[in-house]
Amino acid sequence: MTEVYVAGLGIISAIGTSVNETLSSFEQHRTGIDDIRFLDTIYRGQLPVAEVKLSNDQLSALSGLPENVSRTALLSTVAAKEAWVDAGIGSPSKFRTGFISANSVGGMDKSENFFIDFLKDAGSGDLNDVKHHECGSITELTADSLGISDHISTISTACSSSANAIFMAARLIKHNLLDVVVAGGCDSMAKFTLNGFNTLQILDEEHCKPFDENRRGLNLGEGAGYVVLVSEKVVQQLHKKPYCKLSGYNNANDAYHQTASSPDGTGSYLAMKGALEKAGLQPEDIDYINLHGTGTQNNDHAESTAISRLFSSKVPKMSSTKSFTGHTLGASGAIEAVLSVLAIEKEIIYPNANHTTTMKEFGYTPVKVFLKNQQVKHVLSNSFGFGGNCSSLIFSKI
Amino acid sequence: MKIYIRATESISPQLSFGNEGLLADLQVYEANRLSCLEPDYKSLIDPKQIRRMSRVIKMGVASALGCLKKADVEVPDAIITGTAYGCLEDTSSFLTKLVNQNEEMLTPTAFIQSTHNTIGAQIALLLKCHNYNNTYVHRGFSFENALLDAILLLKEQSAENVLVGGVDELTDTSFQILNRFGFFKQAFTNELYNAPSKGSIAGEGASFVLLANQPGNNDNAVLEAVSTFYKPATIEESQEKINRFLLDNDLSPNDIDVVITGRNGDETNDVVYDQLMSGMFRNKTEVCFKHLCGEYPTASSFALWMAASIIKKQKVDKKLIHHGEDVIPQRILIYNHSQGIHHSLMLISGC
Repeated sequence: MTEVYVAGLGIISAIGTSVNETLSSFEQHRTGIDDIRFLDTIYRGQLPVAEVKLSNDQLSALSGLPENVSRTALLSTVAAKEAWVDAGIGSPSKFRTGFISANSVGGMDKSENFFIDFLKDAGSGDLNDVKHHECGSITELTADSLGISDHISTISTACSSSANAIFMAARLIKHNLLDVVVAGGCDSMAKFTLNGFNTLQILDEEHCKPFDENRRGLNLGEGAGYVVLVSEKVVQQLHKKPYCKLSGYNNANDAYHQTASSPDGTGSYLAMKGALEKAGLQPEDIDYINLHGTGTQNNDHAESTAISRLFSSKVPKMSSTKSFTGHTLGASGAIEAVLSVLAIEKEIIYPNANHTTTMKEFGYTPVKVFLKNQQVKHVLSNSFGFGGNCSSLIFSKI
Repeated sequence: MKIYIRATESISPQLSFGNEGLLADLQVYEANRLSCLEPDYKSLIDPKQIRRMSRVIKMGVASALGCLKKADVEVPDAIITGTAYGCLEDTSSFLTKLVNQNEEMLTPTAFIQSTHNTIGAQIALLLKCHNYNNTYVHRGFSFENALLDAILLLKEQSAENVLVGGVDELTDTSFQILNRFGFFKQAFTNELYNAPSKGSIAGEGASFVLLANQPGNNDNAVLEAVSTFYKPATIEESQEKINRFLLDNDLSPNDIDVVITGRNGDETNDVVYDQLMSGMFRNKTEVCFKHLCGEYPTASSFALWMAASIIKKQKVDKKLIHHGEDVIPQRILIYNHSQGIHHSLMLISGC
């Protein structure tokens, strides 16, 4: 079976609309968490979020899609186009090319608008606002704008969705069913999710503090991330060297509770352990863990317990970049995959913002400042979600 | 490597649940929407759990557990779900309260259960299954993409058996909205294909299969291949894709005994099936299924359930034949498309 390489990257989040902007935000320690500017909600001024700092009009101009489509599709298309251009492949028709995306609530930002009129009168509400309600419909808007049609798929496993999309893409290449896959995910801010997480009482009213003893919850974010995965055969035909390999991946289920993680982090442990086995690596080979690190009591406890169990006393450098991007849900696995690849490429490690107090039960402190000139050969990226869906990816230097 | 369909289960508008599937007692409706005939869940799921589950979760979980029981598998090596719409009842319930209460005084239950992976997660939770778990949500490809994942897992030897299902519910709200797009019409289900006109009948269902990479004692059929194609520009292009699919499997149209088509009574939808059945598959027996389960994005999972039972029984019930001879079915091709956008092919044969 062929190895799977990363040939292109695209990212948009609260800290930038491109790879370069994103990197400079980390370097300057500029987080994207702020008061709500774009989402029309009663929580404006109360709950901080990590919005992309562009209106739908501006995103429409960047993406080439009409401004009245779901913000999720706009974000998705901006990042997917950046990734495609970066890979330098040219026309998708040169290879068997697929597009696998992920999101958690499809075109919900428009559906919730539709519902305001629809609930008054079932015959009213603009049908254009529900046309793209389905998760898959968002994927198609981006796939169509890239001109990709050989394989189209969408995965939705809550906060691990886009890690699973990247995982599936790699397997389709390994099985020689596709040569090139643009894989990742997207989600935009929606009242549905903001209120949903708020009812669970896991939103921090201040800036989130992942892996901190005094963490109080997460900040929601929005964005999209994509990697262009290619086979060895395609690498030989490209003009540039690929960034790295996707060497390991695994998916496991916590099977503990619909929303909460088990205290011993079974799902997280199995996901990380399986990914290491798949990559043929030992725990000590990992140079950096991009944590799922939401900032909730429950997640960070489960994840740190699983890390302690797997890495025992040799815990690698780690950080939760959600302290910059917020928790972007269906996009988070892909956004963090892009960051993991860049950590290898640029030899950097990202800071974990707002961290002051080491977790007592864990005893390890995440990286707090931007680190340059690091030896980063293997990066583990964690994505865990509702429904116990846990996935880990490992990227390795070539 | 062969992939065996060890067991199947389906909750549908037919008396499918717990039955071997020949639909001896076909349910005929005059309606624009069909609803599932739900089993008594108490014998399948702990009553305490049932109270917390919405209808689509109950249908999905019961169908999955029924399938595992028939296959005599306690905990599968993987659970993969396909659902285009996810948990609509919980989604619209949370959305309705959000709008009506202006984002205040909301409770989490509906939100928690609204995520698309809830069905797969609930199955894992009930079985305490820590294995691979995934949910595909791509419209008319949801079930096929789930099947493809399962096939890869079996080929990779990452799993010896995989539970795969297609689940979608129709709620009053989703029906009202979809109906405004003009997708449906009032019709007699047993006359659905007689005079195609605009629209079909809305449906829903939860159909699961247990796939295995080793033969068992009582397998239903072999799943030979699955493929999808997206937005073909013309009928000719669809025909080319079907020909290519058969060639890739070293087959020609002559090797197919029965074609199960996704005919739904809509005049535009059915044109491609008319052309195929009078062209490439002339003289082949055609079986339809959407008059039984209605039109919905994962309806092809019901077709696979039906195909597996036809192969197992080595007999096509006369009542199911839309066109053609009574044959001994050795190999079935399922060709379905959803709104002309999502086309899928599944090949099923005897063990």
